[in-house]
This record gives sequence, C-alpha cells and structure tokens, in this order.
Amino acid sequence: MGRVFSFLTATRGKGRLHWTDWVSYAYLIFGIFLMFAPVVWLVLSSFKSANELDRFPPRFLPYAQETVEIDGLDDPLLAFTVIDGDLTGQVVGQTRRAAGRAEVIVPSNPDERIRLTVDQLEPIEGVAFATENYTQLFERFNFLRFFWNSTFITITATLLMLLVNSMAAFALSKYEFKGRTSVLLIVIGTLMIPQTVVLVPLFLIVTELGMFNSLWGVIIPGAATPTGVFLLRQYMITIPDEILDAARMDKASEWKIFWRIIIPLSAPAIAVLAILAIMWRWNDFLWPLIVLTRTENFTLQLALNSFQGELQTDWPSLLAMTVLTLLPIAAVFMFLQKYIATGIASTGGK
Amino acid sequence: MRVIEIPMLALQRKVGVNRLAWAFLLPNLILFGLFAFLPVILNVFYAMTGGDNVLLVDRPQVGTRNFATLLDCQNYLDANSCREDKFWRAVWNTVRFVILQVGIMVGFALLTAIILNRDIRARGFFRSVFFFPVLLSPVVVALIWKWILQREGVLNAFLDWTGVGGINWLVDAQWAFVWSVFISVWAHMGFYTLILLAGLQAIPRDVYEAALMDRAGAWRTFRRITLPLLAPTMLVVLILALIKGVQTFDEVYAFTGGGPGTATTFIIQYIYEEGFAGAPRLFGLAAAASLLVAGVLVVLTLIQLRISRNNVDG
Amino acid sequence: MKKTSLTTTAMVVGLGMTASAISAQEVRFMCYSDGNECEVYDDLANRFEAENSGIDVIVDVVPYQAILENLPVQLAAGTGPDLAKVTDLGGLNEYYLDLTSYVDTAYWDDAFGETLNWYRVGERQGYYGMHSQLTITGPFVNATLFEQAGVDLPGEGATWDDWAAAASAVASATDADFPMAMDRSGHRVAGPAISYGAKYFDDAGDGSFDGFDAFAAAFVGWNEDGTMARDVWASQGGSTYADAAQEFINGEVVFYYSGSWQVARMDEQVGDFFDWKVVGSPCGPAGPCSGMPGGAGVVGFEQTENPEAVAKFIDFLAQEEVYAETTARTRNLPAHLGVASAGVEFEGVSPAAQGALNGFASALPDVSPIAFAYQGYAGNRAMYGITVERVSQAIVGELSVEDAMDRAASDLEAAMAETQ
Repeated sequence: MGRVFSFLTATRGKGRLHWTDWVSYAYLIFGIFLMFAPVVWLVLSSFKSANELDRFPPRFLPYAQETVEIDGLDDPLLAFTVIDGDLTGQVVGQTRRAAGRAEVIVPSNPDERIRLTVDQLEPIEGVAFATENYTQLFERFNFLRFFWNSTFITITATLLMLLVNSMAAFALSKYEFKGRTSVLLIVIGTLMIPQTVVLVPLFLIVTELGMFNSLWGVIIPGAATPTGVFLLRQYMITIPDEILDAARMDKASEWKIFWRIIIPLSAPAIAVLAILAIMWRWNDFLWPLIVLTRTENFTLQLALNSFQGELQTDWPSLLAMTVLTLLPIAAVFMFLQKYIATGIASTGGK
Repeated sequence: MRVIEIPMLALQRKVGVNRLAWAFLLPNLILFGLFAFLPVILNVFYAMTGGDNVLLVDRPQVGTRNFATLLDCQNYLDANSCREDKFWRAVWNTVRFVILQVGIMVGFALLTAIILNRDIRARGFFRSVFFFPVLLSPVVVALIWKWILQREGVLNAFLDWTGVGGINWLVDAQWAFVWSVFISVWAHMGFYTLILLAGLQAIPRDVYEAALMDRAGAWRTFRRITLPLLAPTMLVVLILALIKGVQTFDEVYAFTGGGPGTATTFIIQYIYEEGFAGAPRLFGLAAAASLLVAGVLVVLTLIQLRISRNNVDG
Repeated sequence: MKKTSLTTTAMVVGLGMTASAISAQEVRFMCYSDGNECEVYDDLANRFEAENSGIDVIVDVVPYQAILENLPVQLAAGTGPDLAKVTDLGGLNEYYLDLTSYVDTAYWDDAFGETLNWYRVGERQGYYGMHSQLTITGPFVNATLFEQAGVDLPGEGATWDDWAAAASAVASATDADFPMAMDRSGHRVAGPAISYGAKYFDDAGDGSFDGFDAFAAAFVGWNEDGTMARDVWASQGGSTYADAAQEFINGEVVFYYSGSWQVARMDEQVGDFFDWKVVGSPCGPAGPCSGMPGGAGVVGFEQTENPEAVAKFIDFLAQEEVYAETTARTRNLPAHLGVASAGVEFEGVSPAAQGALNGFASALPDVSPIAFAYQGYAGNRAMYGITVERVSQAIVGELSVEDAMDRAASDLEAAMAETQ
C-alpha cells in the first residue's frame, strides 16, 4: 500500500506536486482509458444477445430477459411485468407479439390467453452473459479450421524465418568472404521492396510454383524479410570471435558452431525476432487475402473480414469471433511484453 | 541436427571455412531473389502489358500505355480532370492521410515518450498500455472501432446523452476519413513511443544536470538539449512512419472498405482493386501504379538508411 | 452456414484391375447458399454417390463474395473447382464445360428453354449450365407499417414516384427509419433503370450506359433527400456488395427492393413479426415495370479432370423429379419449364412465403427483353461494378450525376478495350 501511495505521489518537485505532474498523470490515466476502453467495450458487447445489441442507447453490462415456465407449454416464455391495466403488478409470459400488441399468459392460469398492448408490459431482466455467441461460432462456422490455419502459418513461418535469417546473419557477421558487401547491399535492397508494391508479380510467382490457395503461399514469401537479418547480425557481431576460434581448434564443424554456440548465445535477439514474426504473421491480411481464396484455407483475419460482409449484421457472432482472434496475441503480449518493448526499441534505431 | 551437419561438414571440407558462408546465405538469398527481386523485375514487364490475363506470356505488349493512362491529367491536383481519376483520388487521399496521420501520431508519440521518461513508477506498465493496440491485428482494430462508431453505437449514445447529438460517422466522407486517421494513430502510436522513449533514455543524465547547474528552464532545456539530441531518432521515426503510412491498407479496408465513395480509398487499395478485385482484372495498370509507389518508397528508404548510417557513425 | 464436406472413399475392386481401374473420381462443387441450397445439394449428392459409386462429390460451401471475387481468379489460374453454382452466367463462359455430348439435348431444350442462352457467348453455343434457381428482382413491402400509418398500398401500375411518396408517408407516420432501401448492386438497379429508359446495349450489341442517367439522377436524389436509406450505398467503398435485408427484417424499412432469393430468409427471420408482401416492380416514366431476371446455375468447368462425372452429376440434378424436389426444398423459383408448369408446393413455407413467391412469379411476364439480354451479357459483371462505384460517388457527393455518368461510360470503354 505504501508503494502504491509513493507511486501515486512520485513527483517532479521534491515532495510537492508540480502542475506538470498533474498533467502527466491525467494524460496517462486518459491513455489507459483510450487504449483499453474500446477493447473492454468489445468484450462486454460480445456477451450480449442479439436483442440486447440492437438496443439503443446501449447498456454497459449485458442483460438478458428472464423467462417463465408455463404448464402445458414446451418452451419457456419471455417474462414481463404488467405496468398498466387490470393485471398491473402481475408477472406474465409472452407467447407472441406483432404490430404493437402482445399475447400473454398468467402462469397461474395457463389456459387463458390475454391480449395487451406492448406499452403495458415491461421486461424482467437480469445480468446475463450470452456465452452462446461463442459456442455458436464453433457450430455454425468453421472456427477451429480458421484458427488452425492461422496457427500453422504463424508457427511455420516464424520457424522458417528464424532459421533462414539466423543462418544468413551468421554468415554476414562472422565470415570474411568476397562479395560480403554486395550481399549486404542486396539485403538492404530488399528493405526497399515491401510486399505491397510487388503484389501482381508475386501472385504470378506463387501461382506458378503451385502455392496458390495453399498455406505455403503465405508462409514462404513471408519469410523473405530483411529486418531479421539486420537484427540478428547486429547481435551476433557482439559475440566474441575467440569463442568461435576456440571451438574451431576443438575441431568443431562450422554448422556445429552455428547450432551449438551462436544460436544459444543469440537467444535474446532470436526471442525478439520470434515475437515480431509471430505478430506479423498472425496479423497478416493483404497477402493472404490475395493468395487464399478457398474458405477452408482462410486465416482468422480473412474469416473475420469476410464474415463482416456476409453476415453484415450478425454482430453477436462477429464480436465473439473478434474477441477470440485477439486473445492469442493478447496472451503473448502479457507474458512477453518486456521482450517486445526492448526489441522494438533496439530495432527501431537501426 | 546431425542430418544437416554431415553434408555441411563435407561441404566445409571442400570449400573451406570462409566460402562456407555462402552455404549459410543461400536459403535467404533464394527467398529474397524469388520473392523480392524477381517480382520487381516482373513488375516492370507487367506494367508494359495489357489485358486481363495473369500469365505474362499471354499478355499483349502495350509499351508505356499504362503509365500514360495513369499520368494523363490536365491538372494533377484535381482528380476529376484526370483520365484515371480513381488513381489520383487514391494518391491525394494517401498524401493527406500520411501527412495527418504521421504528424499527429509522431507528435503524440513524442509527448507520451517525454511523459514516460519522467520519474514515474511502473513505467513498464504504462509503456505496455500504449503499446497494446500495436499488437492487435488490423481487422480487429477496424472492427472494434466500427462497433463503437455505428449509427447506434456507444459513441453516438454518449453524444445523444450529452445533448450534442450523434452523427452517422462512417457514412459521411469527411468523418470516415478523420476516423480512419484516428484508428491508424490509435493502433500504431505505441510502437513509435517506444522508439522515442529509448531515444530519450539514451540521453545521458549528466547533460541534464549540467543544464540544471546553468539554471536553464524546462522549456529551454527541452529546446536546446533534448530536441537536438533526440533529432536523429525523431528522423528515423518520421521516415519509418511515412513508409508504413504510405502502405496503409489493412485496417482502413476492413474499417470502411474505402468508402463512402472513394473517401478512404488509399493507393494500396487502388492497386488491390484494379489488380485483384475488379472486373476485369487490370494487372498492367496495377503493376504500373505499384512501380510509382515503389519509387516513392525507395526514396524514403534511402533517406532512412542514410540517417541510420549517420547515427551509427556519429 | 454449416460447412459440409463429404469424403466417400471408393472401394477398389481387387480382381480385374487394369491401369484404367475404377478409382474415386473426385468432383469438387463450389457452392454458395442464399438459404439452404448447398445443404440440399449435399443431400442430393449423397443420393447421386449411392447410385454412382466411384464418383465422389464434395460440396464446398463458400460465401457469395468468394464466388464473385475468388472463383474467376482461380479459373484464370487454372486452379478452379470442377463445378460451381455461379451467377456471372455469360462472363465465365470461356471456362465452361460443354455438356452437349454428355446429355440429352432435346430434353434440356424442352426443360430449360430461354435460360440456356444465358450461358452462351459468341461462338460457344453449346449446353453449359443448368439454371438451378430463377430469380427476379422486386420489392418487399412491410404491410403492417402501411396499416399502422393508414396509407393504402399503391396498386398495379404504380410508378416509382408513387411508391416513394407512399413509403415516405408511412415512414413519417410510424417509427420506421427509412422509407425505401435498395441493395448495393448493379444488378438490382438494372430493372428500375430499364424502366426509366436505360438501354444497356448500343446498336452494335456492346454494353452501353446510354439512357441510364435518368434513373441515376432519380436514385441519387432519393438518397439525398432521405427517401432511400443512404447507409446502404454510401457506407461501402469500391464495388463491394451490401444488402439491406437485415434493416427490413428489423422493421426499419417500409419498401425494400431486392429479389426472390430472399424469400426463404424473410420467411425464417421475419416470421410473424410483421406482415410482409411482395408486389410487382414499380413502373418508370419510360414505360416498363421491369425487374431483372437472374439466378444461379450449376456449371461444369473445362479444366476438370473428370468431365464425364461432372456432366453426369449436373444431368442428375436436371432430371425433373430431382429438380422439382430441389425447388420445393430450397424455396426458389424454378427455371425448369416442366416443373414450373406443374406448379410447385414449396416445402415448409408459410402462407406469406407462398404468396411472396407467387408474387415474384407473376412479375415474370413484365420483365423487359433488355433485362434478359443484359443478364446474359458477358460484360455485365464489369458494368455492375462500374455502376456501383460511380453511382456511389454521386450519392456521396464526390461527383455530380453527369460526371459520374461520363466516368461510367469511359470506365466501360476502357474495360472493353482490355478484354478484347
């Protein structure tokens, strides 16, 4: 408690709160709100039923209408309280409603159907989380398939990128050979060719290689990014050459040196690159949009976007799916945020 | 990894340690060659052909016709006077977007970095707070805000409650544009905040102490000391943001689909629509437009590299 | 939508196997559902497989957008499915499998008559598609709102202006948000446009936007003064399809111009929430009171490795009993003349739906010949896209209506030049 207090009162002027401190904390609090509130609203909304979502103005928590069982009827009826007329105060179940009029049944008198107008009724509601939005996802849509596609692409592409980039970084940092500068220039050149400007020919190449509509069509081109080479190379340069020389004197092969010494020693940089790669591949959109056309191959992002059009107003499912799509990356975030931050800070400067 | 070690060892014996580097480089070079360089060359060929066939060999040669179509304008600033008006609308939309988005985003990133650089406990926590949206996928970002900005969404509910009155945000061209700038800033600001924060923290403390001893005021310190020392990092951030900004597609496409009309259609979406989503699919035109965009990006990237090189040396 | 995938592994007979032995011929059917078509096809595919062991029909359910955007790309790249349910009937002609040698063409002529022409283009005049569902565009009307407002439904021969006035009166008297709404689609506006004098073809038989500006001006005007729900056309970009069905189902729209394929959905989702009716397409100042005929058909593609199997399956679906059953279960209008004349008792439809389907069917004679021709025109997909893009720009105010029409004309010229 003491720490919280001294945190809250850490100030610029010694002991006093300078006006810049007030402004700073206000800004930071506002920052928390602005960054998190939209996501919180999304999650809350995803637990609302379709009726509740149609409601305007919206309520904060998800409510659902309670139901009442009536003898002789299979399904429970929506429960209302009568607020006007003879039956005021009674709890009734509604059988049907159309054009401003409703037909209701008083539970104690199940055979009698009474006609009232809609404004004589008030729904009985309680806080309820519509988890069926989520369960429906798995029944109605091929959600697990999309999840698998995204996961497969992300993991495979990351592994491929890590392997290929670290090998190249090793070569460029620890070897002297003719043409080293040229290769470095080539790698730099690749920096200037983001995927977005070579979509058309990339499409042709991928098609000719038979990777169109295949997950590999997303995985392999995705591994051709130079950032990883730079990042790892910067780090590997700092590994003392003496270690390698010592290993060479012990007759270790170059591959063994790479695999047993360099990789473990570069672990921090590799971890950062891995996290970046996971983030990029999981969130990939434009290229998969072009390459993957069969629904069964869709990634979560593509599915989310296409259902946005197709089920234009099936917000319950859409919201639930959005939440599930952001959960994995949020999990990564929570556990690995320190690495992410240091990683960005160091790559950004390059 | 015994399986790989054996052939590698054999190769090593043959070509020697130094030349073995090529073996390590080869997979990467193949990937780059096939998926980065070859496409650029092919792009040029595509740009010189017409028709709607995807196979280059089936496409008729048209020389520079695609470029002529794209650049045929009476007044370059007025998209309506151009032959390919959709292209020029996309270009100017992108220019306005990039200027606004980069300006606002880097401005707030700097502000946030300065605040975070102060004596604050739980700096790591706040850093993560601002970084959180960066992790969200573009489609998720788009849907979150689309949900909030609906005609009957929570923002309009709030505005109705305060008496200001809601607006159908995404159906109005100006507002759709403004909001796409906003969500882009929201989603990416944290990234640049981190870089700027690192840059600020790299400024040694004794510089500040010297300034304090000279009784320099806060604003003066900022202007004369912090800014100049931060300038290299700022420049890197600006260029990076520009490069990313020009390529904006994902979140805006999922957010407004380029609408209303063409209000939020940016250049990458133009390329996507002409080349992949339209009927007929005009690969040549898309390739020509891609080359023009690539030109801009090459210039920006070269500037970035030059700055980075200076940073490393200086 | 449930994704279904059948894999029946064929049993290989050990004795008497030769190089050309019976092995499972896999036939992929790329299908989209307006209601439950793909489910029904899946069921029929099971039956077909039982009668034809050795053929394996896999029904691949995709969203409609995929048929519009992805299928052409796949076909161009040579990686398309074996057959598909398509709506771009003329446009994909170059990829079609000619069924002439595999089916009884006399029967097909009798059964499918005019609709066969939709699949033929230029020199390719074979038998390509089985028109599986005939559709026609037309208005859905919320009769309950009319009743509440005390306004009479405009009668036969009412014009678009009559309906606009009536719907506006109803909307202001009730709590409906929008008097009218129309799907964001070039196909949808074609019927009304023809009624306002659009010719869609020039003298040479090529596509043209001559005469379209009359309706464009009216339509943009309605969007601006609030008669038409502006959200539908204005909120999207490019030529993305958007429908306004949900707004109608929620009771927010008085007059919704869509088409007969929505009947099943209306039936299911509106239920008895309000009374809904189908009326004939309103008339335009140029005379016609036309909707657009259309629909989808099942076609095979030349690229398939199993043309015989594909043709056999399509022929199976074209047989009168099977077709009749499909029509009854999917609640679509039949294109099979035999089935249509025998009358269809649609399965599980409410009286409202039966009335609606009959309403659409009776609007068929009013469909203008231009509409039929336009539906079968190979370039109509490009024209739909151009229509949507440019009219949206006019609605949003980026372009004046005249400029939008000029642009549409030059877009069309450019498109035709590229596809020559």
